Amino acid sequence: MDKKIICIACPIGCEINVHIEKDGKMKIQGNRCKRGESYAKDEILNPKRVLTMSIRVENGEMDLVSVKTDGSIPKKLIPKAIEYLKGVKIRAPIKVGDVIVENLLDTGVKVVATRTVLEDAILQLSNK
Amino acid sequence: MRREKIDVLVIGGGAAGMAAAVQAANEGVKTVLLEREKKTGGVLNQCIHNGFGLHVFRKELTGPEFMEELWKELSETNVVVKNNETVLNILPETKEVIAQSPEGMKIYKVGSLVLASGARERPFNSLLIPGTRISGIFTAGVAQKMVNIYNRMPGKRVLIVGSGDIGLIMARRLKIEGMDVVGVVEIRAEPGGLMRNVVQCLEDFSIPLLLSHTVIEIHGRERLEGVTIAQVDENFKPIGGTEKFIPIDTLVTSVGLIPQNELIEDFVDMDPINKGPVVDNLMRTSVDWIFSAGNNVAIHDLVDFVYEEGKIAGKYAAKVAKGERLPKAKYHFKRGRNVGVMLPQRFTATEPFKIYIRPKRTLESADLKIGGKTYRRYAWKLRPSQMIDFIFRDFESLTSKDFEVEIEVVENG
Ligand code: SF4
Repeated sequence: MDKKIICIACPIGCEINVHIEKDGKMKIQGNRCKRGESYAKDEILNPKRVLTMSIRVENGEMDLVSVKTDGSIPKKLIPKAIEYLKGVKIRAPIKVGDVIVENLLDTGVKVVATRTVLEDAILQLSNK
Repeated sequence: MRREKIDVLVIGGGAAGMAAAVQAANEGVKTVLLEREKKTGGVLNQCIHNGFGLHVFRKELTGPEFMEELWKELSETNVVVKNNETVLNILPETKEVIAQSPEGMKIYKVGSLVLASGARERPFNSLLIPGTRISGIFTAGVAQKMVNIYNRMPGKRVLIVGSGDIGLIMARRLKIEGMDVVGVVEIRAEPGGLMRNVVQCLEDFSIPLLLSHTVIEIHGRERLEGVTIAQVDENFKPIGGTEKFIPIDTLVTSVGLIPQNELIEDFVDMDPINKGPVVDNLMRTSVDWIFSAGNNVAIHDLVDFVYEEGKIAGKYAAKVAKGERLPKAKYHFKRGRNVGVMLPQRFTATEPFKIYIRPKRTLESADLKIGGKTYRRYAWKLRPSQMIDFIFRDFESLTSKDFEVEIEVVENG
């Protein structure tokens, strides 16, 4: 069986052909680098994605902080992960790289902040 | 009016401008960076998806992370960053720049200048938009800013017109935020954005992509109530009988970017295809103290390339401000077969440099030829949505007497 896959590991987007033998062995062609090979294998056996979105922030200079999963998570968990992260709310200040969720849905993958959100200056004053 | 004398003035605090300012300051000259918004970062600020930084930082970053890397670089220099300051005019005869700041008008007397004013979004066919101000129509960038920065949803049910990268990314983003994304329509027969975005933004989320389709009518009085879409022929003319009404309250448009060059287009040489200034490999325009980098020179796909250009522009702008003489850009490229957007257009032939080319059309496999000689074989599909980049250093082989070098991308199938 042959499967065509577009590699999304980098912007080039190689068109990879995966030939799957009866015994499950895969022959992979069309990738221009090694990353394409592991991407194609994963795509057949267990497709994974990095999820980026934003999470609500309390008393921040912005109402949202952008976040990402620190590694890829199984694609089929994405809808669940979105639902879960929509329910998360954190307090400013937040620094880029701060861990927001230690272990997302037991995947072992962290969710980290991808930007700095300082405390709202006005709120900060009234708290003093 | 306040006057200030500086060495290098950088206009625009996006990726190109920040990189240019960092590099200029590292050359030891007094550098000022002007940003019209209240913070630097440009469009990176709202591009919360990943895919940035692979070339420059060797890791995959989101837009805000890439921006914070640049903030870190800036903080290690003595660049003076001035936010909320808008440049009104550049006076080429006196090397003066007039800016509007919160403290009033200012005049900068500069040694050299880097213009990194970026691009703006092309508005969707305004002929279609009914006379009354109908709400519910947004460009993808505006929708992105609403959702990612201001935490506001543009509506409930959305169609995206145009399949540029921002449009594809917004389709996914709005879906994640819970909007009903009915699909993406693209007037051309192939997607405008990168294939990876078609896969990870549309296919992953089961969002349909309708190629060779466009919006031909907009319905609604105050709020958008729907659009009529139709299939188009090769000449982009709607085909009768294919019209279909789509009920939506939101239309997001992603039909391309336009370089912003109002400040210089009257007095520097402009490239009609790039819609940006003609530049050499030092990112110098036809005016020898004005440099330029990033999306106002030509629309790029990758912020990494914009960053690299910014660094080059900053470096040579600093040298000019110090009074160094730069080599002349004696050679120029002539666009040959299939060459669309291309930069630089001139070069000094003194040091290796990167050439960027967007093929005019999709090519199955092709050779990059410079001055008739093949330098690179591409054994894969080249698309207009993806710039190719190539480092050119083989100056010995340049034999042309008139310093004109043809560059072409030829199908070898
Ligand atoms: S195979 Fe390598 S070069 Fe091709 S798209 Fe994947 S990561 Fe990029």
